[in-house]
Amino acid sequence: MLAYLIRRLALMVPVAFLVSVAVFSLIHLTPVDPAELILGEEHSPEAVVALRHELGLDRPLPEQYLTWISHALRGDLGRSVRTNQPVVQAITERLPATLELGIAALAWSVLLAIPLGTVAALRRGSPIDVLATGFTVLGVSVPNFFIGILLILVLSVDLRIFPPGGYTPLAESIPDNLHRLILPAITLGTVTTAINTRFTRSSMLDVLRQDYIRTARAKGASWRQVIVDHALKNALIPVVTVVGIQVGAILEGALVTETIFSWPGVGKLAIDSIFGRDYPIIQGIVLAIAFSYMFANLAVDLAYAWLNPRISYA
Amino acid sequence: MSTSLLAEVAETPVSQPVSLRRLLRTYPRVAVASALLLLLVLVTVLAPWIALHDPVATDPSNALLGPSGAHPLGTDELGRDLFARVIWGSRVSLPVAFVAVAVGLLVGGTIGLAAGYRGGLTDLLLMRVIDAILAFPALILAIAIVAVLGPGLRNAMIAIGITQLPVYARLMRAQVLTLKGLDFIAAVRVLGASPARLIVSHFLPNLLNPLIVQISLSAAAAMLAEATLSFLGLGAQPPTADWGFMMNTGARFLNNDPWLAVGPGVAISVAVFAFNWLGDALRDALDPRLR
Repeated sequence: MLAYLIRRLALMVPVAFLVSVAVFSLIHLTPVDPAELILGEEHSPEAVVALRHELGLDRPLPEQYLTWISHALRGDLGRSVRTNQPVVQAITERLPATLELGIAALAWSVLLAIPLGTVAALRRGSPIDVLATGFTVLGVSVPNFFIGILLILVLSVDLRIFPPGGYTPLAESIPDNLHRLILPAITLGTVTTAINTRFTRSSMLDVLRQDYIRTARAKGASWRQVIVDHALKNALIPVVTVVGIQVGAILEGALVTETIFSWPGVGKLAIDSIFGRDYPIIQGIVLAIAFSYMFANLAVDLAYAWLNPRISYA
Repeated sequence: MSTSLLAEVAETPVSQPVSLRRLLRTYPRVAVASALLLLLVLVTVLAPWIALHDPVATDPSNALLGPSGAHPLGTDELGRDLFARVIWGSRVSLPVAFVAVAVGLLVGGTIGLAAGYRGGLTDLLLMRVIDAILAFPALILAIAIVAVLGPGLRNAMIAIGITQLPVYARLMRAQVLTLKGLDFIAAVRVLGASPARLIVSHFLPNLLNPLIVQISLSAAAAMLAEATLSFLGLGAQPPTADWGFMMNTGARFLNNDPWLAVGPGVAISVAVFAFNWLGDALRDALDPRLR
């Protein structure tokens, strides 16, 4: 297992390097000179030259990359062009809101998907199975912004049960925070619910065909025991592999969901920064997302190798 | 082994191609999903005749009208016929998906083919580039690319195309690696086939089934990505009749004119669903492991 871990980490090194080069290049591929961008509409050519020198933009690219990456490794990703706030601070300030939303979305997704996928598999071909499989295709087809808009339309505009957006920090008021959390969490979690339901169902169908299930039944184990202790436990192992996909889906979905519901998280910051051409913030967020996603996928691979002894570590 | 036997081995494909008629008869889901997709293509082609109104002609005196005989879905904030815009929206969504998938297929497929066929250092280097693309969630990468290149449909297409590269590169590489080890390929090689002939006559026909499934699924993903970029204001720009962008503006009128957002929303959902459903049904039908 240790050798496998070392090999996986070694393979990550060149990829992490390429990712950092790509993120570094973002600012250099823009059609507008970053220095002109910071100075705004009115500026003299001398001011641009001076700022380019101050920012190091007049030095060779490899040198700029080395400076950037060495700062990044020490947790310094530069400052926002608009607010002059350090990028890392801007991101960490908004991280709790995004984490809360992501965890809530994943939680309801798992709580609904595992029972739904299990029941669909146990009653294969029944109306509930048809409904569940229909939902698994619909859930990945309907754009999450459309789900968000429909929820606002019905539950906020028509029925006035939930507010259409906004955020109250947990520390301020827990009930108000949760009240505002429900619609964005449903919006963000729909795709992952569909993915989880699908995998639970197909994995459960696979396990139910196994000999050890028949043996357990033949030995007189109760239906509940067979399903919960034997089938479900084994069926959930492959579901672990899609956690990586889900982390990706949540990160992507957060951008859209936070924009619709005015949720002050990292996703909304990213979109606002794109329109404000705040490239250091965009760079910082893209870098943070890519590395969290890479480590999530690594963790999934390791968890799967650990859970499934048939995986060879070689 | 005699030459005639080698020739016979060379004729044996990995998976038998399924005839279209048999496919549609045996798998009704494929037939229904294909019919839905065909309908979508027809709407796209016949948009000028179905729509009745000009999708970009504004008429402020008739802004925000409710659904009526003259305007089946009502009009938008600039008095444009919403039904016409929804119908014409397919002319943005479908071509974008087509181009993005084509970019992914051609560039990604070539990378995968080269990596799998050449192996060694070529494989190692090319696949690390693919891994680097995969290190980003697809939509995040697309948004970052558009943020750099600037908003617009063309840049959105390029961005989505790039996010499509890895899936085709990996698919091609895996298939080529599998095929390379099979007897009939070894036989064709022994018979003196050139690499080009090997790829065109023997690799590609055997790759067709998994490719068709993937093309359908990634067309769905590309449409969804385009709609999302446009919804965020990073894709199609006004006055283009684009489903995602229409929802962006429609969301501001939810209180009194929900159709402005719901109409295009239904259109995107149906279109993406059709591709996803077809891909899913085809996978069940064509993947020999699932039979």
